[in-house]
Amino acid sequence: MLLDFEQPIAALEGKLQEMKKLAEESQVDVSEAVKALEDKIKTLKKETYANLTRWQRVQLSRHPDRPYTLDYIQGMAEKFIELHGDRNVSDDKAMVGGFGELDGRTVMFIGQQKGRNTKQRQLRNFGMANPEGYRKALRLMRMAEKFGKPIVTLIDTPGAFPGLEAEERGQGEAIARNLKEMFSLTVPVICIVIGEGASGGALGIAIGDRVLMLENSWYSVISPENCSTILWRTWAYKEQAAEALKLTATDMLKHKLVDGIIKEPLGGAHTDPEKMIKTLKKKILETIDELEAIDPEERISQRIDKFSNMGVVNELAGGIENNYTII
Amino acid sequence: MSWFKRVEKGIITPTEGKKETPEGLWYKCPSCKTVTNTAEHRKNMYTCPSCNHHDRIDSAEYFEILFDDNKFEELDPNLTSADPLEFVDTQAYPSRIALTQRKTHLKDAVRSAHGKMNGVDLVVSCMDFKFIGGSMGSVVGEKIARAIDYARTHKIPFLMISKSGGARMMEAGFSLMQMAKTSAKLALLANAKIPYISLLTDPTTGGVTASYAMLGDFNISEPGALIGFAGPRVIKETIGKDLPKGFQSAEFVLEHGFLDFIVDRKQLKQQLTDLLTMLQPEGTAEMAAIETVAKSTKKVK
Ligand SMILES: [Zn+2]
Repeated sequence: MLLDFEQPIAALEGKLQEMKKLAEESQVDVSEAVKALEDKIKTLKKETYANLTRWQRVQLSRHPDRPYTLDYIQGMAEKFIELHGDRNVSDDKAMVGGFGELDGRTVMFIGQQKGRNTKQRQLRNFGMANPEGYRKALRLMRMAEKFGKPIVTLIDTPGAFPGLEAEERGQGEAIARNLKEMFSLTVPVICIVIGEGASGGALGIAIGDRVLMLENSWYSVISPENCSTILWRTWAYKEQAAEALKLTATDMLKHKLVDGIIKEPLGGAHTDPEKMIKTLKKKILETIDELEAIDPEERISQRIDKFSNMGVVNELAGGIENNYTII
Repeated sequence: MSWFKRVEKGIITPTEGKKETPEGLWYKCPSCKTVTNTAEHRKNMYTCPSCNHHDRIDSAEYFEILFDDNKFEELDPNLTSADPLEFVDTQAYPSRIALTQRKTHLKDAVRSAHGKMNGVDLVVSCMDFKFIGGSMGSVVGEKIARAIDYARTHKIPFLMISKSGGARMMEAGFSLMQMAKTSAKLALLANAKIPYISLLTDPTTGGVTASYAMLGDFNISEPGALIGFAGPRVIKETIGKDLPKGFQSAEFVLEHGFLDFIVDRKQLKQQLTDLLTMLQPEGTAEMAAIETVAKSTKKVK
């Protein structure tokens, strides 16, 4: 599938293939023309991806060929043992987790899982977890803590599932509990938004010592479509909503709501998944080293302080209005 | 301080008025249509004498109901919204805030206070639904965080009264992180073994339900309150069916195990006092109980 801004690039790439094929068949030297076209493609790619609108990044974050949670885990871990169930209701297929080995080191992986075809999408409930998904995640986090293993969460969800049973089984309570409990985990916690980071459903596994975002992921309180529906009463303003929400990795880093951005291959993670997985693995290992050097109690207190400082308010003090970031 | 109530299509707008509730004003119950004198309705703590419908009330009313002689110290009253994202939808966020402030005489959607309830110290943060649907932005998050810190530092029980449609969209990522921030503060409060009571009132939904509202040592509610994560309309659209009667009501949430009890507003103050008194360290409980009984026998008819 091609997104509209991918099409001009794909057209040139097609032309390049044609040219190469023709050259081969006719034995004519077209190396100069090939070189010129390759340069042209490179320039166009650079320009396109340097100037993406926020909505275009949202589109990239949902690209059907984009690597999902299990693609990353299976791609980077030498071994992975998936663990199932919340020990209470069921096994939520929209939330996966288990112990994996990264360069010989054990890591607890947890993340929302999307499906790639209709059947898979249904099985994974489009990456929208039910309460038992959040409770499974918490069970696995506590287990990681018990055995002293770092936790890596991969966030990719259009939101927590808004269903009837989800309400009956306490969707709100399940997410709330995770938020609170994650602040007391004694092991390092790294959270990475790999695709969509929508609202409480994302936050429910995203309280970390380091919260990172892939370059073309988004993270906000609501999706652009739902924001548009509420504020403009139609989906049609999704592009404006995306702009207004300032939901890209760059926006979120600028406002100190996340700790870093992980670069994607030019064109997006789906254009070179192998390279993307390698980059992510390296970043995870580096970050674990960095976090393990900190005393656990200090790590927890830094985690609490970081989130406590998020927000911007005005405070009228002695008649002077101060606009400041909370410290 | 008292309130003058205007009845408008079932929406009640309390504004600061004269000392006495003016006579000749009537309140029509939106549930059973019974008409009550506003003074009577107020005395009844804004519940219907006929069907016990609990009307939505604001922080001012809850403070008056809970604090002895309506005496309290307001905490952090001067925090107001900034506009870090320069958010514009059908209107610019700062002008929406300014307009709402003028209309409601409130600075934002939560007020915090420290006072005494039947002689027992209590810190309360109470949301105001009429301020942009009680939505949670940086001000709400920060005021609640500070109230929790205050309760922890002074070793005073904390009561959160939630009433909110969820996160405030105009502060996007900042709003979302208020869920994290308040939960972090509640984790610290729990470590300090300070009681936290969460009263979920009509309506409590979205990011508020998915953070501090569901994190009480005691989660309690008022009869008939709507409590949920997703709003009923969204769920209905998702499942493509009508929702069962009573779905997401306080009674439903209690039945599914997420509330400790539902309390009639007229018993709220006494019930909270009894609960907190039982939690006091041995020795102090008896003394406080005696005081409470002495006081409450004077007040209860
Ligand atoms: Zn009635």
